[in-house]
Amino acid sequence: MAQQKTPILKVHKLFKQFNSVIAVNAISFEMYEGTITGLLGPNGAGKTTTIQMILDIITPTSGQIRIFGQSITTQREEVLEKMNFSSPYVNLPLNLKVIENLTTFARLYGVQNIKKKIIQLADFFEIGDLLPKMTSSLSTGQLTRVNLTKALLNDPKLLLLDEPTASLDPDIADKTRKLLKRIQKERGISILYTSHNMAEIEELCERIIFMNKGNIVDDGSPTDIIKKYGRKDLNEVFITIARSHQ
Amino acid sequence: MDVFYWPVMALLVWGFFSVYLQKQNAENINIVTVLLGALIFWEFLNQSQKAVSVAFLEDVWERNLLNIFVTPLRVSEFLTTTVLLGLVRIALISIVMGVLAFFLYHFNLLLFGFFLIPFVVNLLIFGWTLGIVTTAIILRYGSQAQILAFGFIFIIQPFSAVFYPVSALPNTLQIVAYLIPTTYVFEGMRALIRTGQLPYMLLTLSTILNMVYLVLSLFFFNLMFKRTKARGALLKLE
Repeated sequence: MAQQKTPILKVHKLFKQFNSVIAVNAISFEMYEGTITGLLGPNGAGKTTTIQMILDIITPTSGQIRIFGQSITTQREEVLEKMNFSSPYVNLPLNLKVIENLTTFARLYGVQNIKKKIIQLADFFEIGDLLPKMTSSLSTGQLTRVNLTKALLNDPKLLLLDEPTASLDPDIADKTRKLLKRIQKERGISILYTSHNMAEIEELCERIIFMNKGNIVDDGSPTDIIKKYGRKDLNEVFITIARSHQ
Repeated sequence: MDVFYWPVMALLVWGFFSVYLQKQNAENINIVTVLLGALIFWEFLNQSQKAVSVAFLEDVWERNLLNIFVTPLRVSEFLTTTVLLGLVRIALISIVMGVLAFFLYHFNLLLFGFFLIPFVVNLLIFGWTLGIVTTAIILRYGSQAQILAFGFIFIIQPFSAVFYPVSALPNTLQIVAYLIPTTYVFEGMRALIRTGQLPYMLLTLSTILNMVYLVLSLFFFNLMFKRTKARGALLKLE
């Protein structure tokens, strides 16, 4: 448990207000190396705002974010070199071939030996045959795998995944989860994961942080939280928490 | 607003051009050379502005902006890349336009010789400045401001003496014209055609104004980018 002493991500009293709306209300949490943490909550809970503040896409009103012990605001480039992000709501340029997109992003992350890295990841995600294809011609499942390939190009130590299995059919979603588990195990990556699929969260995450109306309302392992609320699964806990704060 | 924008701009440009035509007999200038030179120079300016703002919009339309801004890429590097890509585009366009103008109208763009370089550099710099300003406004005001990427440049066209000299403008508008760096380029081009001498003073004034506006545009962009991040609006662009 010695590794748990150095948080890979430390969020301290993070606060974000848009005009009169408090989106994130002075939340604090830490994430440790090699863990998968689920960030859950109903729509408007503040998950996306939190993730975007971690990525330095939104500037916090107040509070601190330290990643790998460094500040995302003052050491942005150094921090972003070691992390990555994937979301089905963000596209790669559709007018480029898959290989061109991956090569471009590999260059942006300063990846060494780009060709070897892409082939290695393409094997892992079984997208080798997609590399010469136009990105616009891919199916949703294929795009998800290409997005995940992009997210691993720089061997990130911290990976932020925003609903990576949304809009995938159950078969592809299951394959994607297995791939994520495998990469997390093999590479020891820390993953911050958002999803509305509670079964998926139970399967993947060893820890979950529940947010509602900008606050963290619970934090613990899925088993402990289910036990604490006296429910049969995480889905019921989710509904209980969402409705109790309405 | 769009309904009035283009007709008003066309009326201003061609209205002032007609005033110029009325006077030009006395000036003994080859009007075809002046017009084609102006048209090609205008395209340098137009394309360099679009290179910056349309490159940014393409990332917005592709919903790729987040992927770009979560990489270690600095905003300054992003802007520099759009400028460099624009240079390639402008080089290709100028070759095509130069060749077509030569074969169709016997207009030789190279008649300006090496003097072409300071003219084009000033046009490109002001184009980038306008591109940076329009991108900053799009960042701040979102989708509704996207039209600026295509139309903003035409606001300066009537006052920048592109197709006619500054003297064709009313006195008040002449003051506005002299605040625009490209006015000196177009005036300089006509002076060069007329006298064969490079108008150093005009080019110096253009360069000084260009430097001032470029620095101001970068400050403006930086301010708008910070405000966009504070408002959480970067991803709401589409």
